[in-house]
Amino acid sequence: MSRSKRSPVSRTPAGNGRVLIPRPSPKRFYGHGIPGVNLVELAGRLIVVEGADGSGRSTQIARLVQWLEGCGHATVQVGLKRSTLVSEELEQAKQGNILSHITLSLFYATDFADQLENIILPALKAGFMVLADRYIYTLMVRDLVRGMDEKWLKNLYGIALVPDAVFYLSVSPEQLVQRNFAKNQALDYWESGMDLGLSRDMFDSFLQYQALVEKQFKRLQAGYAFTIVDGDRPVQEISGELQQRMELVLAGR
Amino acid sequence: MKTFAELNFPGRLVAVEGLDGSGKSTQIYLLKRWLELQGVKVFFSEWNSSELVKNATSKGKKRELLTPSTFSLIHATDFADRYERQLVPLMRAGYIVLCDRYIFTAFARDTVRGCPPEWVRGIYNFAALPDLTFFFNAQLEVSLQRILDGRPQLKYFEAGMDLRLSSDPYESFRIFQGRILEQYLAMSTEFSFLVMDANRPVEPQQSIVRQLVATKIDLSKYKLPES
Repeated sequence: MSRSKRSPVSRTPAGNGRVLIPRPSPKRFYGHGIPGVNLVELAGRLIVVEGADGSGRSTQIARLVQWLEGCGHATVQVGLKRSTLVSEELEQAKQGNILSHITLSLFYATDFADQLENIILPALKAGFMVLADRYIYTLMVRDLVRGMDEKWLKNLYGIALVPDAVFYLSVSPEQLVQRNFAKNQALDYWESGMDLGLSRDMFDSFLQYQALVEKQFKRLQAGYAFTIVDGDRPVQEISGELQQRMELVLAGR
Repeated sequence: MKTFAELNFPGRLVAVEGLDGSGKSTQIYLLKRWLELQGVKVFFSEWNSSELVKNATSKGKKRELLTPSTFSLIHATDFADRYERQLVPLMRAGYIVLCDRYIFTAFARDTVRGCPPEWVRGIYNFAALPDLTFFFNAQLEVSLQRILDGRPQLKYFEAGMDLRLSSDPYESFRIFQGRILEQYLAMSTEFSFLVMDANRPVEPQQSIVRQLVATKIDLSKYKLPES
């Protein structure tokens, strides 16, 4: 892959072609996990980037992928609503707003489990760097904001593998609004939490909803060890920080 | 977990559980007819889910895409959809709701597939327990005969082929059903199943079912106003 943009990287691909071999990193599940998985075989790394729409997740993931590949590591990307099993149906459900709460929540969990078993775990076994554009935390936060039981969610997502790193791109709601307008010319129904009936005014609802989401993320942070990354900075500065953190992850620290 | 009555729902839910071929569907149908003819507000939940969830489930089954975890989750999604959109409103409206299979089917099946029982039960703990659960306990051979005589084409997941118990679908089905039966029996006391001897003929069983329902539920409360 060509590297057109030079970023302020601490490690650039070595001219002699030598590729750093990642140290083994012990893996575990949050809860019961997936039956029949031998954790010792999972040689790759699971890196999660979390953050609201417009927080710069996909930009940062693209840059991380470019950098990792430049350094000689194979990568795979996963994200919400991308499973073979239920992604189409989930998209339809969101369009029509026809499913009730627990149903939608379980539908998302099915989508997650399908990708976990069919993409994430096999890729880790093959020694890939798996980059997840959102993970169980977004799913949990959305449900927590909607008043669902935390114990229930923790049990449900006890199937999830604990990532090697979780980067949460924290962007102020005011910034998010600007970026959403710049990207889509409109606010998204779900990202504005319109189903919650916080306000009939979409702009108000967006700000209130994003503040609630941020609060839940910060609350989960302690238990799930997210690294909070200041997302209000320029793109290059953020990717510089992410690369430095990735180096530690690769070194097994 | 609490029953609908314990949660002060005005309705009452009666579930039947048992292996395929145990005769449970026949029994619940006859119970429904009896209640209807008395003018009781009764609803039979046929487990028809939204098209959306059903599409995903049947795609997963047809293409054999499901693992034990996704099999469990997609069925939980399906159940949640019925529960939230159909069962809860009916129970709030004061119906007698008859369910052919309930959460115990998932408990038994998913556990046999290797999912941790606590995980499965945790997922379904949004659902209230039935007020009455009839378990139709037939000898394994009796149930197997009824199914294998009538319907020779066994589907992949139905036969438990994903468990790699045997390369022969019939043999796989036998082993799979046997394990499910063990799970049912293990749950029987915990969930106060009313255990029916399903080896007996239809009529004596139905007689017991009707009498038990009449004793445990004050049916006069559920009658439609005479027109």
